[in-house]
Amino acid sequence: MDDRSRYLRKLILDGFTSAKRGHLAPAFSLVEILRVLYDDILKYDPVNPSWEERDRLILSKGHGCLALYAILVDKGFFSKEELTKFCSMNGILGGHPEIKIPGVEASTGSLGHGLAIGIGMAIGAKLKKKNWRVFVILGDGECNEGSIWESALIAAKHNLSNLCVIIDYNKFQSYGHVIEVSNLANLMEKWCAFGFDVKEVDGHSVNELKEVFQDFPFHSDRPSVVICHTIKGKGIDFVENNLSWHHKSNFSHEDIKKLYGALGEYNA
Amino acid sequence: MRKTCLNMVYKLAKQDSRIIFIGSDLGAGTLEEFKREVPDRFFMEGISEQAILGMSAGLAMEGFIPYVNTIASFITRRAFEQIVIDLCLHNLPVRLIGNGGGLVYGPLGPTHQTFEDIAILRTLPNMAILAPADAHEMKNLMPLTVDLKGPVYIRLAKGHDPVVTDCIKYYKIGEPVVLKKGKNVLIITTGRTLQMAVEAAEKLKLNSIDVTILHCHTLKPLNTEPILEHLSSHECVITVEEHSVIGGLGSLISELMIDNKIFKPIKKIALPDKFIEGYGRQLDLLKKYSIDSDSIISATYFLLKDLGVNK
Repeated sequence: MDDRSRYLRKLILDGFTSAKRGHLAPAFSLVEILRVLYDDILKYDPVNPSWEERDRLILSKGHGCLALYAILVDKGFFSKEELTKFCSMNGILGGHPEIKIPGVEASTGSLGHGLAIGIGMAIGAKLKKKNWRVFVILGDGECNEGSIWESALIAAKHNLSNLCVIIDYNKFQSYGHVIEVSNLANLMEKWCAFGFDVKEVDGHSVNELKEVFQDFPFHSDRPSVVICHTIKGKGIDFVENNLSWHHKSNFSHEDIKKLYGALGEYNA
Repeated sequence: MRKTCLNMVYKLAKQDSRIIFIGSDLGAGTLEEFKREVPDRFFMEGISEQAILGMSAGLAMEGFIPYVNTIASFITRRAFEQIVIDLCLHNLPVRLIGNGGGLVYGPLGPTHQTFEDIAILRTLPNMAILAPADAHEMKNLMPLTVDLKGPVYIRLAKGHDPVVTDCIKYYKIGEPVVLKKGKNVLIITTGRTLQMAVEAAEKLKLNSIDVTILHCHTLKPLNTEPILEHLSSHECVITVEEHSVIGGLGSLISELMIDNKIFKPIKKIALPDKFIEGYGRQLDLLKKYSIDSDSIISATYFLLKDLGVNK
């Protein structure tokens, strides 16, 4: 993990420890995915977040919002200070992202909504003959929702080559291992069968992510899926694959010191 | 009325390139002309209400005005969370056209009947609710839905219902209309119950009883001023709706009366807090549950007698 990945995780910790609550592990698995998208792939303008030609990104797994907030701070959509007001009465950043936050395209939090909204945006782009693209990030647990698969049928039917679905496949959901709670076996084959072109990558490898997103669209006539194999809680050893850090609201000053300590030093 | 509504979407779409039609596996041949003439903005998707509402939200975010159509029970019940979050929270101009509000699909049983749609949708911020009585009203209201800022639910009746509103020349969303001016008894209707009230009023007239009929084609937003004026100038009120007695027009008027310290007898003619038993035609089923002109007449006599008002 390089300095930039550590720095973004530090921003996440700043929000998490200020509020003394939040979905930490689901945000950590997303860091490299968002970092690569915002550093190298997406078109956007932090000064004019609703610039029409921008690419649209929907974080459908809204509970991973701390990672999105961190990258939006880093890119200058809003001030770093907002992170210290995470989940508070006087801040703009809640425990799930809302459309009123600069840079957020859709309010999410209840799972299974973002893909259908992204499909509407992608169809809208085609109707308007615009070149911007739509990226929708799903959680693996989120793929339990029937609305995801309803949406998948629609996306393929309309040949939405401007739609990229990204799955943060960290193998854990709230109660336990995905295999035990609701098995997504053969996830790649499932999306292929629904008419998508699918690629799998190491979701923490900046190079692999950069390459795969630069290849998008994978097919001129079909929507794309990138399955990102990730580690829930990636970056802090005792948080990794540890269910008690999925969402936490009860931790001590000592825990906070341990979190920052385990993340290690970085040069911003 | 259903035909009028969908034809209006087609006509409006021809004039306004923001308008899109999305159906959920509707009957063969629905809006064929639309599909032929404006194919880019005609979408017939599968039986997937949740995804279709999300998709309509995404299109609305990009500046389009989607009119989404399927059976009322499915569009409101199956996809309720999409209505709350995707449409109302984002306050997007999506129009939901619900076929067969109330007991229109009576013969098909409880899965296809819609008795709670108004109650649940009334609680949602930003939501507008229309329940026109006939084709004339539909024709006048549809063009007004285009430029509303937020989401709209349009509750359709069966179709081919008698046209009773052709005397009304001016329509505004949220503005109740007066169909008859009488005294003592105020009858307030919404949707297809207006025809029942008109029929009841004609029969009562034969006995020299003149009632007032105030019709709410819109339940939200609602200009309550004319309603309050009518409530004040009458001795009692009867509400009539093809909806559960919980949360619909009767509840709305009762709340309004309490909030404004108007203490007068009210009789709510509505469906009971029960699932509908038996099958049959819409109007027969409604009669079984005492929602018809005879019930309005009985309620009128009862209230007048109770008040000791000499007609």
